[in-house]
Amino acid sequence: MMPLKDYLVVDFSQFLSGPSASLRLADLGARVIKIERPETGDICRHLYTSNVILNGESSVFHAINRNKESFAVDIKDEKDREWIWKLIRKADVVMHNFRPGVMERLGFDYESVKAQNPQVIYGEISGYGTDGIWRGNPGQDLLLQSLSGLTWLSGDADDGPVPMGLSIIDMLAGANLANGLLACLVKKAISGVGALVQVSMLETAFDFQFEAITTFNRDGGELPQRTASNNAHAYLGAPYGIYQTQNGWLALAMGQIPVLGNLLGCDALLAYQETAEAFDKRDEIKAVLAAHLKTNTTEKWLSLLEPADIWCADVLTWDRLMAHDGFKALEMLQEVTMLDGFSYKTTRCPIRIDGELLTSSKASPALGQDNVKIIKELSDE
Amino acid sequence: MKPLEGLLVLEFAQFMAAPSAGLKLADLGARVIKIERPVKGEAGRQIAIKNLFIDGDSLVFHTINRNKESYAADLKNPEDLERIKKLIQKADIITHNFRPGVMEKIGLAYEQVKKLNPKVIYAIVTGYGNKGPWANKPGQDLLIQSLSGLTWLSGTKQKGPVPFGLAVADMVCGAHLCQGILAALIRRAKTQTGALVEVSLMESILDVQFEVLTSYLNDGGKLPDRSLVKGNGHAYLSAPYGIYQTADSYITLAMGNLIHLGEVLDVDLSAYSNKADWFSKRDEINTLIAQQLIKKETDTWIFILEEQKIWCSRVYNYQEILNHEAYKILDMQQQLNLPDGTQLTSTRSPIQINRQKLFSAKAAPKAGAHTVAINQEFNL
Repeated sequence: MMPLKDYLVVDFSQFLSGPSASLRLADLGARVIKIERPETGDICRHLYTSNVILNGESSVFHAINRNKESFAVDIKDEKDREWIWKLIRKADVVMHNFRPGVMERLGFDYESVKAQNPQVIYGEISGYGTDGIWRGNPGQDLLLQSLSGLTWLSGDADDGPVPMGLSIIDMLAGANLANGLLACLVKKAISGVGALVQVSMLETAFDFQFEAITTFNRDGGELPQRTASNNAHAYLGAPYGIYQTQNGWLALAMGQIPVLGNLLGCDALLAYQETAEAFDKRDEIKAVLAAHLKTNTTEKWLSLLEPADIWCADVLTWDRLMAHDGFKALEMLQEVTMLDGFSYKTTRCPIRIDGELLTSSKASPALGQDNVKIIKELSDE
Repeated sequence: MKPLEGLLVLEFAQFMAAPSAGLKLADLGARVIKIERPVKGEAGRQIAIKNLFIDGDSLVFHTINRNKESYAADLKNPEDLERIKKLIQKADIITHNFRPGVMEKIGLAYEQVKKLNPKVIYAIVTGYGNKGPWANKPGQDLLIQSLSGLTWLSGTKQKGPVPFGLAVADMVCGAHLCQGILAALIRRAKTQTGALVEVSLMESILDVQFEVLTSYLNDGGKLPDRSLVKGNGHAYLSAPYGIYQTADSYITLAMGNLIHLGEVLDVDLSAYSNKADWFSKRDEINTLIAQQLIKKETDTWIFILEEQKIWCSRVYNYQEILNHEAYKILDMQQQLNLPDGTQLTSTRSPIQINRQKLFSAKAAPKAGAHTVAINQEFNL
């Protein structure tokens, strides 16, 4: 049995953070109904990336909103509001990611919803918290990366700020919300009590950096220093990084420097016998390694390092990854189909339960595609 | 009251992914007991960054393992194993990240544990799942990033692969493990049955790329193409998305209407009125914007842009943001009480329940710190 079978999630959220959380709940078995504005719907439907449009809407929307239903209603229309309330009374989870104050104005804030459904688990994601001095600002991923110090961890020392090239804070905020909602659903299942779960992107960005921030605090406030070249982690010593080879790239995670020197046939590395030098002289060591690794192929280096249990790997692009038997063994891809028959390929939920993959062939909904069904269900009661 | 109060977690896990899940469960109210080798404890105690240790255990270990207890047991010693089996009968959740086969040998694989405690949620982290040619490869964050294609999304085109400068696969995988465990607990409340929950670092880092992978899988297999212009924010987003240098520091521009932006910045972008060009000609456009932004200071630009409601921000480092009012008002830090009477400043859980922040002053335990007390409490 899917773990969240028979659970109902009413989702007012848009873009990525909230919808990525409800996607997880859907894949775990919940029924997720998106509440969308008539005509336009979730803004993400038309937020094109890379100009990849599938069946009239952005590929990003299709990735985030598969396995959900769409209920197109005008949140300001009295009759539509009555349908929303009927749905909310049946819901286990109600969630949104509007800026602070918006749901209060719309009348579907936690206190109002709780009055109608005392056991509800109500979730919200804000950009900067409900009390923060930036609470009115746009909660956008790249802005959050920039404000939270995150951009000084990737890239090399002279690169200036380097963002992580994905909406990572959005996704982590979604993961945090999902965890908070699930924890409260555990409690609700045992004791029948509802709860309010709040997550902000700003707190999420700091939580993501919990190791680095704790280190910064303990270390007298010294800023993270990326290495001059081949940086992969501002706080780790050599060899930690990715290196160019004669025909590609090689990732090297750990390994005593003299041991690497012997295995790779690089005598210059034998000069670094002290363990502390791996950190203190990491720029120098990385430069030596980088020059040496260019002299032969990735395959050659792997054949020397892997048998010695040195943590290393080839650096793959998606085409090479997907052709690899290691990737195929994961069965990570699935094909999903929309009601109109349009099919597309995407990834599946990364969690396995009782040895089973959590897949679903249900693709993203067309705007309002489930209105008739939902209204009939609500009328029949 | 925290939502998971009353639940008992036994953490056989090491390093970061599974222990970070244990930390989330602990902050949400569960009691988490680390089962560790006597004396040395888990291997993560010796993995240090910047060589920082507190009383023999690395600062990183302290960060990930606060709010937990430690029970020392040699799983190869029959008497210790007996005690662990008795403890397992009381547990709600077990986590581990041993390589395939290790728990079977000890006698604590899921099928074996299920006989002791049919309602247990048994959760495993692996590097790459348990079949295929990668099953026995070390599951390490940088290697996972490198194999997964993630390194072609950040930085500029000419840089080659650029990894995320944090253990992102570990952390995301820990979040996924936590989700799987909690979902299984919800089902257990209804059906009274336990569950096996499995996640891997590789599946987790692929999940993080689900948006861009979906584009890749449906656009004819075009690999991500990063911008040539420094500050590139996202390989799949149009101009002006990125970070730009100003006369005194940096400024970030998110997505928005390019024509309006051009007017506000006084850059002639009239040649790019066709929206499709915002993506295909973004290197040109970003260069024009960069040439203008370098002329004035960040504060000046922020003032001009915010007035026009254009999505922008400053770029802070830790010294700037961690001393900023916006950070302080979050109460994101908490003091942990170390055994020697001093304190360690760390962060708290990012989740708030019923408008309460989840704090705990409990520092990470020494290996075996709670063995005697737990033996007594559970009559082991």
